[in-house]
Amino acid sequence: MSNPDAIVEVPLHRVAHGRAGDKGNRLNVSVMPYDPAAWPLLAEQLTERAVLALYAHRGAKGVRRFDLPLLPAFNFVIEDVLEGGVNGSLNLDGHGKSNSYLLLGMKVRVPAKFTRGEEA
Amino acid sequence: MGKLFRVGNCAGFSGDRVDAPGPVVDTLIELGGPAAVFFEVLGERTVALAQLEKRRDPEKGYEPMLERLLEPILRRCVENGITIIGNFGAANPPGAARVIAKLALRLGLPDLRIGVVHGDDVSNLDLATLEVYEADATLDTGTGEIVSANAYLSAKPIVEALRKGAQVVVTGRTGDPSLALAPLVHHFGWAWDDWEKIAVGSTAGHLLECGAQVTGGYFYDPGYKDVPDPANIGFPIAEVDADGRLVITKAARTGGLVNPLVVKEQLLYEIHDPGCYLTPDVTLDFTGVSVKDLGGDRVEISGIRGGPAPLKVKATVCFDGGWLGEGEISYAGPNCLARARIAADVLLERLRIRKLDVQPRVDLIGVSSVHDGDGGTRWRAFEGAEPQDIRVRLAVSARTQDDADQAAREALALYCCGPAGGGGVRWRTTPRIRTQSYLLAPGDLSPGCSVDTATEIAR
Repeated sequence: MSNPDAIVEVPLHRVAHGRAGDKGNRLNVSVMPYDPAAWPLLAEQLTERAVLALYAHRGAKGVRRFDLPLLPAFNFVIEDVLEGGVNGSLNLDGHGKSNSYLLLGMKVRVPAKFTRGEEA
Repeated sequence: MGKLFRVGNCAGFSGDRVDAPGPVVDTLIELGGPAAVFFEVLGERTVALAQLEKRRDPEKGYEPMLERLLEPILRRCVENGITIIGNFGAANPPGAARVIAKLALRLGLPDLRIGVVHGDDVSNLDLATLEVYEADATLDTGTGEIVSANAYLSAKPIVEALRKGAQVVVTGRTGDPSLALAPLVHHFGWAWDDWEKIAVGSTAGHLLECGAQVTGGYFYDPGYKDVPDPANIGFPIAEVDADGRLVITKAARTGGLVNPLVVKEQLLYEIHDPGCYLTPDVTLDFTGVSVKDLGGDRVEISGIRGGPAPLKVKATVCFDGGWLGEGEISYAGPNCLARARIAADVLLERLRIRKLDVQPRVDLIGVSSVHDGDGGTRWRAFEGAEPQDIRVRLAVSARTQDDADQAAREALALYCCGPAGGGGVRWRTTPRIRTQSYLLAPGDLSPGCSVDTATEIAR
């Protein structure tokens, strides 16, 4: 095995799992590292600004990150991303349920020991 | 753990697996001890769809799968003292109660006591005087007429029904966690301002209210988060003791799993500020929560904090939202990406040529769709390897069904007028509901319940 402390750039999906939910025109995406020790590194990289940029093409107006270092987890609340919410959206996925995997596609840089799975 | 009360969930949304309740009830009976099950089948817009159904037929407007869900378990629940609670009343709780009463008579349970909670319908209130719930402030409600207006009732009227001896309780709109909290409050006699206990019971409800989502549904990611036997996922059971210890487990001899990962995902599901999650019964604080794997599909949740319930009550109002029109066509094989792109552009140009009063969006399913914006920026910019099978989807919102239909039929016309090799057209129109939430003063509401036997209700 290669050096477990070597920094690798991988999709967040290989470091963390998450789930999306909606209320009105707001989307929430939770993110939880598989290894709790990865949480501080993700805290540096999963900034509100970086997450907003991921959802900019959807018309997102703002992102707020709530930190849960005990669990450990992050909860991102993304405003106005559903382009009308579950009842007004023209998107096939009006609830935004598939959106956790948009965030999990973001590239992060972490030590190899924090990753799971193989590069696709 | 001390003396336990178990709450099982038998449905997490309207459309859930109808064979889920059986194994939950079987497990509760095997384990013995006091227990209840609940059905959460009322999404934000489900009540509006139910209201439209009730307009067409005044006896309808309740959960359409009600009988199919209850028939396999009703007798066993009654015989074993397992209370059944559900918001399957939707827009017509008395109608749902009549269906249950008739089912009870058919099953030889004429004395079944059925409680009906009322008071969630607030369509009589003047919206102009109400405060808009801030998360919805930017939603466009249009000028559509009001279809339904329902407040999220607390657990109190359900507890009142249980105190009157109800064995089945039918509600309309109620706080989802309240459905699980109510039997706990009734059993343990918790005070309504014992916030720590109310918080634990509400968290149990929050974790369970989406059914399989806490037992391995909406979770399986092969190679990363594996789930055994996903075709037979067991629905969840919460074990709560008098002191507020909470363990989540699931129906025996079923698929799925309960581990810390899935419990954490569901803990934060549809949550905004984890330090301030409002239910009609309590303000929850999850920032101190930790989860512990007890093994054997059992996870303990601790560190839940609670504070006084919010002063205002949330109500969701549903408006007529015009029409959705959709048309789809597939292209596959060599050069399908270029052909699909032409089809997409032609569809948008046709809407302009025909001057249809619609708001359009086009997807290239297989290139980019659910992650794309209405402008299609991602599929337009796509430069990767060509997929071999692409479905072009046109979606429009329109004020009239005719405009929506005419736009959707432009996809149909691509059969003969579009790029080469287009096939598999489907098109349809769907009425739309738009929602807006408001905040009410508790004085605006007068919730209550009635409890009668199946014989009395079916009369």
